[in-house]
Amino acid sequence: MDILVSMKQVPDTQKVKIDPERGTLIRKGVPAIANPFDESALEVALDLKERLGGTVTVITMGIPDAECLLRDALTLGADRAVLLTDRDFAGADTLATSYALSMAIRALGGFDLLLFGKQAIDGDTAQVGPETACHLGMPVITFVSSIVSAGNGGVVVERMIEGGLEVMRSDFPVLLTIVKAPRRLRIPTLDGIIASLNVPVRRMGASDIGAQASLCGLKGSPTRVKKVFTPAVHSKIRFFEGSAEEKARGFAELLREKGIAR
Amino acid sequence: MSPRDIWVFVERRNGRAHPVSFELLSKANALKGELGGDLVALFVGEVGPVLKEECEAYGADEVLWISAGGAMPAPDSCEIMADLVARTARERAPSVLLAGATVFGRTFMPLVAVRLRTGLTADCTELAVDAERKLLLQTRPAFGGNILATIVCPDTKPQMATVRPHVFRMEKVKEPKAARLETALFDASPMRVAELLETIVETEEAGVAESDVVVSGGRGLGKPEGFELLATLARKLGGVVGASRGAVDLGWIRASHQVGQTGNTVNPKLYVACGISGAIQHVTGMKGSEVIVAINEDPDAPIFQIADYGIIGDLYEVIPRILEELGDGGRG
Repeated sequence: MDILVSMKQVPDTQKVKIDPERGTLIRKGVPAIANPFDESALEVALDLKERLGGTVTVITMGIPDAECLLRDALTLGADRAVLLTDRDFAGADTLATSYALSMAIRALGGFDLLLFGKQAIDGDTAQVGPETACHLGMPVITFVSSIVSAGNGGVVVERMIEGGLEVMRSDFPVLLTIVKAPRRLRIPTLDGIIASLNVPVRRMGASDIGAQASLCGLKGSPTRVKKVFTPAVHSKIRFFEGSAEEKARGFAELLREKGIAR
Repeated sequence: MSPRDIWVFVERRNGRAHPVSFELLSKANALKGELGGDLVALFVGEVGPVLKEECEAYGADEVLWISAGGAMPAPDSCEIMADLVARTARERAPSVLLAGATVFGRTFMPLVAVRLRTGLTADCTELAVDAERKLLLQTRPAFGGNILATIVCPDTKPQMATVRPHVFRMEKVKEPKAARLETALFDASPMRVAELLETIVETEEAGVAESDVVVSGGRGLGKPEGFELLATLARKLGGVVGASRGAVDLGWIRASHQVGQTGNTVNPKLYVACGISGAIQHVTGMKGSEVIVAINEDPDAPIFQIADYGIIGDLYEVIPRILEELGDGGRG
């Protein structure tokens, strides 16, 4: 089984700070991390490879520095790594990003299973996975929480829906988006690190994957960011004071006031 | 029907419309004046008189249902619904297409956007109109809720957005008018789709993302049994139990209850955070709640910075007294 994992380098949103005057993000000094959902997807892929054989290819679109994300994946047991990097890709929204990824996936060819994190923690759109599947004309199963079985030309998975789970099946090739897995991403072994040193990271630009420049990056993005601002500051908190009974009474009164209790 | 129409995709579950669809109809009805065009409630599959009347109550000028001709090969398939909606939109050229940011909506809308080669803005928390350019101003949080961005889709149509449940209010119009009933007929295109084998319902109640009231617990509960107390309060208030990542990681409660960046995002009318410190990842998932009440022993807990109401104290003392205070007066 040949698996592709799509990953993204994101700023650690816990450490992002805001310029209070301009209302813009201060990215300087904010560490770049692997998107946590993509790490779950990678762990799922490595686990499947261990149990069923096959290969794992990791791909990312980003600045040349994003190579370190791919290098890390190689130390953990990924077989191939592809960095999509090109000035033409800059400023892409989800439509242009998914277009470029789909063209690269077509150019590389031959995957049974495509794994994406359910969303990236910087944009939180959850759109790039399904949009990539749509460009490729293949089925997508979103919010997958576990792989029940894989092989024999298809996969059975559980996905999280409101108030429960769905068990779904698809033939290969299929694209899955993965929610945070119970298992954390493995840590590299010394052997893994040494073995990865000989593996090159393949760089590809728009022309290498046959993508039309007019459909990539900002040019290929139908959406525009008109304004960025910080959320309004929260008004002051009111504490319910007194004994436990008095606090409870204050809370109960609030519930009645809001029509939540009689 | 005109090329300026605003479409709201109505998601159906067990034959009934999802409430978020009515919330979106209400909001779109308020924007209609500035945006121009008619408000269209869009369905895949036949619409009965009850459902039509409900859409009229929230301001729909037209109810448009798409019929897939013969039997639908997989009636709930996002791919097939996206194909039908995209083909209808190509023919009728709406200016706006909105849907709920449910699990279904978040899968289906990207598939429509790619087919129509247009922009899609996920999880908007505000929609407004640039009246001069007739553009939908779509505001959404990003970077873990640290910033808000207003997005426009100036050159392609429809302008597409998803909105989470509970973000907008349901508002019935004062004098509902009869809506036109239109049908679009297509044969479902042959395509390979994923197949639903089984649905496992974990809870008969609404999921944590959809409930009006969420009572959440964190590590501060100190023990897994604390969730039983929270469940009692939640039931009394007609709500469900949520949890922080910390409590889920300790194995005290299933991950489907988790609220926060790596769990569910919730916007209930009331969110009660019990023994939750208020790490940014948790706050990201719940700060859209209408009223936030925090119960915590630590007066310096960051949760008090974002809560509307606070109780500093031992939740095992306070919550039983809240239950006593409410008596039989809860919703549940």
